[in-house]
Amino acid sequence: MTEHTEAETPGLGLAPSLMVEAEAAGIGIGDTPPTGPGGKRKMGLGAWLAVVWLVGLLLLAIFAPLLPIPDPTKSFPEIARKGPTAGHLLGGDALGRDLLSRIIYGGRSSFAVGIGAVAFGLLIGGFIGLVTGFFRGRVDTILTPVMSLLLAIPQFVLALSLVTVLASGDDVTSSRRLGVVILGLGIVSIPILGRITRANTLSWSEREFVTAAKAMGAKSWRVMLREVLPNVVPAMLSIAMLGVGVAIIAEGGLSVFGVGVQLPTPSWGNIIAENRGNLRTSPHIILFTSIVLFLTVLSLNYLGDVVSQRFDVREGQL
Amino acid sequence: MSGTTGTGPVGGGAPAAPSGIPGAAPLLVVDDLSTTFSSPRGKVRAVDGVSLSLERGRTLGIVGESGSGKSVLSRSIMGLLPRSTAERTGSILFGGNDLTTFGDTEYRRLWGTEMAMIFQDPMTALNPVMKVGHQITESLRHHLDMDKATAKETAVELLRSVRIPEPEKRYSTYPHEMSGGMRQRVVIAVALACGPKLLFADEPTTALDVTVQAQVLDLLGVQQRERYMAMVLVTHDLGVVAGRADQIAVMYAGRIVEQAPTRSLFADMKMPYTEALLSAIPKLGDPPHTRLAAIGGRPPDLVNPPAGCPFAPRCPYARDRCREERPELRAVAGDPEHLFACHYPVDSPETLETKDRLAVEALMAGAPHLADRPAGPATAEGTHGR
Repeated sequence: MTEHTEAETPGLGLAPSLMVEAEAAGIGIGDTPPTGPGGKRKMGLGAWLAVVWLVGLLLLAIFAPLLPIPDPTKSFPEIARKGPTAGHLLGGDALGRDLLSRIIYGGRSSFAVGIGAVAFGLLIGGFIGLVTGFFRGRVDTILTPVMSLLLAIPQFVLALSLVTVLASGDDVTSSRRLGVVILGLGIVSIPILGRITRANTLSWSEREFVTAAKAMGAKSWRVMLREVLPNVVPAMLSIAMLGVGVAIIAEGGLSVFGVGVQLPTPSWGNIIAENRGNLRTSPHIILFTSIVLFLTVLSLNYLGDVVSQRFDVREGQL
Repeated sequence: MSGTTGTGPVGGGAPAAPSGIPGAAPLLVVDDLSTTFSSPRGKVRAVDGVSLSLERGRTLGIVGESGSGKSVLSRSIMGLLPRSTAERTGSILFGGNDLTTFGDTEYRRLWGTEMAMIFQDPMTALNPVMKVGHQITESLRHHLDMDKATAKETAVELLRSVRIPEPEKRYSTYPHEMSGGMRQRVVIAVALACGPKLLFADEPTTALDVTVQAQVLDLLGVQQRERYMAMVLVTHDLGVVAGRADQIAVMYAGRIVEQAPTRSLFADMKMPYTEALLSAIPKLGDPPHTRLAAIGGRPPDLVNPPAGCPFAPRCPYARDRCREERPELRAVAGDPEHLFACHYPVDSPETLETKDRLAVEALMAGAPHLADRPAGPATAEGTHGR
């Protein structure tokens, strides 16, 4: 049952939305126990916590405008650089803005960057990987070296230059900046995701059921999309989870250089970057934000592992 | 129809009708087919000058050990080898077309509907993430333009015809929920779905438990008779084809080394390799702990095949001529359907003489299991074994 949902949904089109996937993976794994004889792989407590954390944070981020929290850009001079108080649970930042509110709204940008960049990279890189791995031949000899070449360029420098060139001026709107950051990190992730997809596609394409489908007269594209892709998706999903975490952190790196998500729109990265001067006097700002960031990336990595283990087990069973 | 045509083939060629039924043009005629792979070490001749023909309703068994080219032969005919590395020469006539000129596009018209293949390993021949029913309906809908409901009905019928219990229920299960034997039945159902005229069974039972091997083979036989298909049964086990093929071709190093109607092959075996394959099958009458009569050595390197008979290095009866001059396929005197490639067939005076000498040598070397067994030790072992 669970394998069905997991494999067929993305099979229709590459990873419709990673947000949905994170939940689908959680829910999918979650209802394994009641399936009786098939439900031998229970999801551990850690995975549950990770799912709860991520889903909770996502919901908070999505419904932020409906929450009883102050505007993240509104300044309250009395809480500037102050720790938690009754009205402001996590205290205020250097400019007196409510930190809880900034972290929740920052989650919007951070998740948008992480999920957006990986979705973009997965769509293009995954497609390239699938096609090169399945068809081999000329496509492979041309595209794979290009991917290796891209991989050899320092990833961060590449992303940094892309964002700097495309959206650095003072007149750049914050949504344009967000788009460019997603694009930049997405482009950087293409070769990594592409190579992983290709490696998996190669091994699945060798399977006899692929030859069998061909021997039944199925067209190559059909074989690739119907037979190979659904089997490659778990590996792609697993690496995508890690990728989201990496992209969120990378956005923070860009923020340090002043080309992350545009202030005053918060992102976890730019909250840390903006307040790094006050680390000694008011450490709570960076501490709280970092804890949220840390737990999020940890959850993503952990769930990525859970997904890949499940997929290993399944392969081992065959 | 199936009754009259069926009894002949199944009886292992009991009233063996001559394979060239007058008027019935063979479905498949392979003439001098060679398949070479380019490898970093050079050209590998995996199939070397193979000729055979097959009519509808009949079964050809292809027997040989691993690496003898039997699977490559069937995949060459099916057009399933990568075009970039595998080169085919000779001709494969199927329904009036020469398949060696076919590319994937032309082949696609034949795959599934005209010819289909059953793969060796049911563990990998099914897509693990697709319900078994869908794996059958895919080709039904694609080739036969069935609508969803009809395709499902047909698929359930197919599952029933390959004797899968509760086919409606099994239709929507995944391969990993089934046993190996069940999966192989599904693989057979997939191959049969579009009613192929020619069915290749590439070691269909090798990966299966012995207890289900016979069931699966019987099922194949029934399906073949009912559907009046031509079948190529590829195996390394002479026992598998013995009762099921009308004609047997023994392959070694990419060549056919002996080919005959099943009955004459077993009655009058010519090639030492065939004999070795047969004696490699453990017999029920053997006392316990009898050593298996394995064929020593390995098949030759196909990049640099030996000059003489490819089997000569492993053949206990080989003489100088065997190592220098390659024997061509020739017919047995008085039986034009029985072909073999050997200078000194097993019943030739030279080979009989060698056999006697070997038996004596074995006795003298104190290896009684190679000669006729003395009664003493065998019974001792027998009681010990109980």
